[in-house]
Amino acid sequence: MEKADIVIAGAALNGLAAAVALAGPKAIRPLDILVLDQADPTKFARDSFDGRASAITASSRRMLEALGLWDEIRVHAEAMREIIVTDAKPGAQARPALLHFGEEDHGGDASAFMVENRHLYGALLDMARASPAIRLMTNTRITAYRFGPGLARLATDTNEEARASLVVAADGRASPARKAAHIDTYGWSYDQVGIVTTVQHERSHRGRAEEHFLPSGPFAILPLPGNRSSLVWTERSQDAKRIMALDDEAFLAELARRFGGHLGELTVVGPRHAYPLSMQIAQSFVGERLALIGDAAHVIHPIAGLGFNLGLRDVAALAESISEAVKLGLDPGSASVLAAYERWRRFDTVMTAVATDGLTRLFSNDNPGLRAIRGLGLRAAGSVGALKGFFMREAAGETGRLPKLLQGEAV
Amino acid sequence: MTSVLNARSLDPAEIEKFSKIAAEWWNPKGKFAVLHVFNPVRLAYIKEQVTARFARDPFVRRPFEGLRFLDIGCGGGLLTEPMARLGADITGVDPSEKNIATARVHAEEQDLAIDYRAATAEDLADAGESFDVILNMEVIEHVTDPKAFVQTCARLLRPNGLIFIATLNRTLKSFGLAIVGAEYILGWLPRGTHQWEKFITPDELEAWLAVSGLKQLDRTGVTYNPFSGEWRRARDMDVNYMLVAQKPGN
Repeated sequence: MEKADIVIAGAALNGLAAAVALAGPKAIRPLDILVLDQADPTKFARDSFDGRASAITASSRRMLEALGLWDEIRVHAEAMREIIVTDAKPGAQARPALLHFGEEDHGGDASAFMVENRHLYGALLDMARASPAIRLMTNTRITAYRFGPGLARLATDTNEEARASLVVAADGRASPARKAAHIDTYGWSYDQVGIVTTVQHERSHRGRAEEHFLPSGPFAILPLPGNRSSLVWTERSQDAKRIMALDDEAFLAELARRFGGHLGELTVVGPRHAYPLSMQIAQSFVGERLALIGDAAHVIHPIAGLGFNLGLRDVAALAESISEAVKLGLDPGSASVLAAYERWRRFDTVMTAVATDGLTRLFSNDNPGLRAIRGLGLRAAGSVGALKGFFMREAAGETGRLPKLLQGEAV
Repeated sequence: MTSVLNARSLDPAEIEKFSKIAAEWWNPKGKFAVLHVFNPVRLAYIKEQVTARFARDPFVRRPFEGLRFLDIGCGGGLLTEPMARLGADITGVDPSEKNIATARVHAEEQDLAIDYRAATAEDLADAGESFDVILNMEVIEHVTDPKAFVQTCARLLRPNGLIFIATLNRTLKSFGLAIVGAEYILGWLPRGTHQWEKFITPDELEAWLAVSGLKQLDRTGVTYNPFSGEWRRARDMDVNYMLVAQKPGN
């Protein structure tokens, strides 16, 4: 029987970040943490490039700094110095910029960084493995949960049993832990698929991120180190199926038509992924002896690149709620702690979800009337200082009451 | 540390019954909601004072390791369990057998080793027990002879030991807030929980401590902020207040 203060179900980015926040070398009162995953996260780290990348907003960067992870990640990160948003028909020669955000809008600081997920995994895994308070059990699937009242208990397919004050579910959008606790979700799917891949281009992107609102959905070009960019390319489900089935040459042709010729010749240098887009929010972020984080709690449209950052905000709020309780000798899995976490995160998440859903519905449509309205709307946003500041801070993750970790303070 | 009757010696039906009562004690929105909201402010005060007076590192998980605590009137263990988690070797006493059984079942569920006894402070003093820290939180206003009670606590205290007392002041304001407000208007507490006549002024308490040979080290008011929904330490001791006193060393 394994015993821990907290069991984390899932060793993907959010699960590892939660482990490091609660028990890493920078944690003020390290808790005893057990992390379980049916896969081995090592295979996502460093050498194996799987084509996935994340945007790190300013507050997420401060949190990674506070956890002692940023120095290692920074060397693999590309600063996003400029963001332009356009609204154009595919293949159109001219793409008038509706919105333009530069460093001058953000106090001279890069608003965000792009990092390939393998480097995030690498840094998080190193730190988790080095911490004496974190035990990582990989290739271990959790087969049963029993929640409360005093403790949560679970069983694994390797015939292990574990108990803890709290289970943190970082086990993804289909979250088995959430299902075991009978927490329903609401949401809808968009009949859209996000195609993710990586391209190399002849000319430098100069740290510029581009978001082109095409009729089928946003087409985002996000700068990576070297002359490379990560693409998040949204298509209607039917079209995505066709595009994913194309051979390399035809795939590149489709891609190039949307990308435009401004960065010269293009080569696809990473594998293709297709993610069906949906909006899903758990009806509660907590249950008895259970807290949901990341995709287990919410899956939002990737239009604004906020998914991973929203997960880090969960981690920061949960770590602070738990740390405040543990400082006073209170039970880290008690209903009071969980209620504090839920209050903190739910409003922020719902607001972000509603905002991105609204943007999606506004932009994924080729109706000329709508095109005119959104052109006006975004141009107004670009020219009105205060509103633009809000957009920038929202994209950089600085609205709402910030947990200490996101302000760069240890908990 | 083993008690005469631990939860394992209870029959399963009894355990289930007490487990249900325990769930009520620990429900932050249940009958004892006001205690849950009040708990952090008193826990923070105890932790701050004990770590400072016994020169303990407040940043470790178990700063109270090696200190023997007594929680008088422990109820379901709302204060006892946090002390155990902070490392205290703790005894919780309550005159109610039902409270003690409830507290035991909950501690078992949490894997906490706590010595719970259905007993009074007098029983322990007569048995010659002694403690480094005595917690007397929201208890003294319910006692028949509070002055004698303070003397009993002094007998239980080791040299340099600390006693914490939290209670309600006897003022017009406390009548309005603690009786009319909390019991009749807000319904935070069952009517009849408190008798205003039995409330104790800080000066009365300080005098009784002195008679018992204890020296008051610090005292503070505790007030409720209706906007944040939190209790905070404050200068205002008109209603709720807490204090810490020490028994002189040899």
